[in-house]
Amino acid sequence: MATMTAVTTTTSAARPGGLLAHTILVTGRWLRAQYRSPALIAFTLVQPAIWLLLFGQLFKGVVNLPGFSNPSYIAFLTPGIVMMTALMTSGWNGTTFIADMERGVMDRMLASPVRRGALMAGQLISNATTTVLQTILVFAIGMAAGARYDGGATGYLVTIVVSVLVGTAFGSLSNAVALLTRQQEALIAISQFISLPLTFMSSIMMDPKLAPHWVEVAARFNPVDWAAITAREALSATPDWSSATRHGAYLLAFTLLVAYLSTRAFHTYQRSV
Amino acid sequence: MVSHALEAVELVKTYRGARKKPPLRALDGLTFNVPEGVVLGLLGPNGAGKSTTVKILTTLSRADSGTARVAGFDVIKDPDAVRRVIGYVPQKPSADPMATGIENLLLSGRIYGLSRQDAVRRAAELLERFDLTEAGGRQVRTYSGGMQRRLDVALGLVHRPRVLFLDEPTTGLDPEARTDLWTEVERLSGDEGLTVLLTTHYLEEADRLADQLAIVDHGKIVAEGTPEALKAELRGDSVHVELVDPDTDGHVRALLAQLPGIGEIVAEGNTLRARVDRGATAVPAVLGALEDKAIPVTAVTVSRPSLDDVYLSYTGRSFKSAEIREEGRAA
Repeated sequence: MATMTAVTTTTSAARPGGLLAHTILVTGRWLRAQYRSPALIAFTLVQPAIWLLLFGQLFKGVVNLPGFSNPSYIAFLTPGIVMMTALMTSGWNGTTFIADMERGVMDRMLASPVRRGALMAGQLISNATTTVLQTILVFAIGMAAGARYDGGATGYLVTIVVSVLVGTAFGSLSNAVALLTRQQEALIAISQFISLPLTFMSSIMMDPKLAPHWVEVAARFNPVDWAAITAREALSATPDWSSATRHGAYLLAFTLLVAYLSTRAFHTYQRSV
Repeated sequence: MVSHALEAVELVKTYRGARKKPPLRALDGLTFNVPEGVVLGLLGPNGAGKSTTVKILTTLSRADSGTARVAGFDVIKDPDAVRRVIGYVPQKPSADPMATGIENLLLSGRIYGLSRQDAVRRAAELLERFDLTEAGGRQVRTYSGGMQRRLDVALGLVHRPRVLFLDEPTTGLDPEARTDLWTEVERLSGDEGLTVLLTTHYLEEADRLADQLAIVDHGKIVAEGTPEALKAELRGDSVHVELVDPDTDGHVRALLAQLPGIGEIVAEGNTLRARVDRGATAVPAVLGALEDKAIPVTAVTVSRPSLDDVYLSYTGRSFKSAEIREEGRAA
């Protein structure tokens, strides 16, 4: 047989890299794709600017309500809009996975030695860069509109970190839904269904003390509200660090849990193909 | 010693049915072996279980029962080892459309552990080989279908796999692109003892590319051998009679069945296909009989057995009708 005489020049590939090496590679792929869609970038940046200005105008009277804690509504609104933006943008995350599944890209990747964690992490890191840009932009617009943030550098930094956590938690959730449903329509429907209540059952636009009691209760279990509270405290003149740390820790734990579970969703996807 | 690059033993896979539909048994005890360096063609209509087999062998999916080994590694116990030595070209285009051809190849090479330098060299080599050098710097979404498919195959080869899986490599390509790809795949088989598993529902493709064929029907292998051997097992020739009107009441069929030297007859639309001992004597007899009864005929042709006839004789239905039925089932 030919197999006996053939000189074995076939060398199997070098040992594939680990999680870190793969994460860097996958991140590179998504970053390149992202910055090749200028229209998408423009849209993701314009969107939060519009929200901040629109809601800022629409609800600016609420500062006159007795008991409202912040005299500048834009300043009050800014951390909330940051989190809302991170949430809404990340809700779309899974569409990239759907596109990969509709083509054979996902299957090719899953049949390769690439680490599953890297497939998830690389996409989320690329998403995080968008979140950081959006957060900085919201601050810039808030300042241009006259708001002042007393927390200084620490406040900005905490807000950016927290917004990245929100983006990562809900971005990986979106990826998981994509892996489980494999349908664009289902993903978008679920993402809309979840993100609006999360936005409104929180302190993003309204001091919950002034909202109906049940909203205040619901907000206590809302990761987006944990994020808004942490950022708002960090940005205030006299931060309540114990509250900020507690809510930040909840958010971090939630993010890690969701990211881990979402990576498990690759197995569920593979079981169904 | 002949080592087997691929071994599948009694694979069974059932997909849960969609709402109110019964579960679909995609594989029903499928067994086959492929020696190293051989191009095996898995031939069957859509829904016969070809893609499921590939997904199990590439570690994408798991069989409910049965075992499979690829290059000696068990797909369940050692999936990472399997993934390192296989190349997989899925049925659907598998390159990232937003990245360039080069970027796709580099990413893939690096994932398999090639150094940056080696990956660059390998990418250039493959682009050259698949005639994509000029397009290499362009985003894949600007490629034609044929170019994308060539890139897909290149992606499957980046890390010099020992076993390459080609799932329906030419489905959806225009005839010219298909012929181009066939030429490429033919060159692969000479490659460093590469074993190739090719699934196809084109008889012509299987006939041209495969060293060994396995015919899959309802999740089982119903026949195995070289294309030549499979055809040789069928005695005689095949006569096709194209009628002007379909033979709805079967009287034409009954008429032909009485003629000497005529075997099994299958009717399909306007066409009757008959197995005959000798084409040269059967054709005048068939024409004479039809003329006697004034049955209008478009054409009568005689041919050596084709894979279509092989398929017919093993599954009891023609390839085309199986295709149509299975498509309805799979949808």
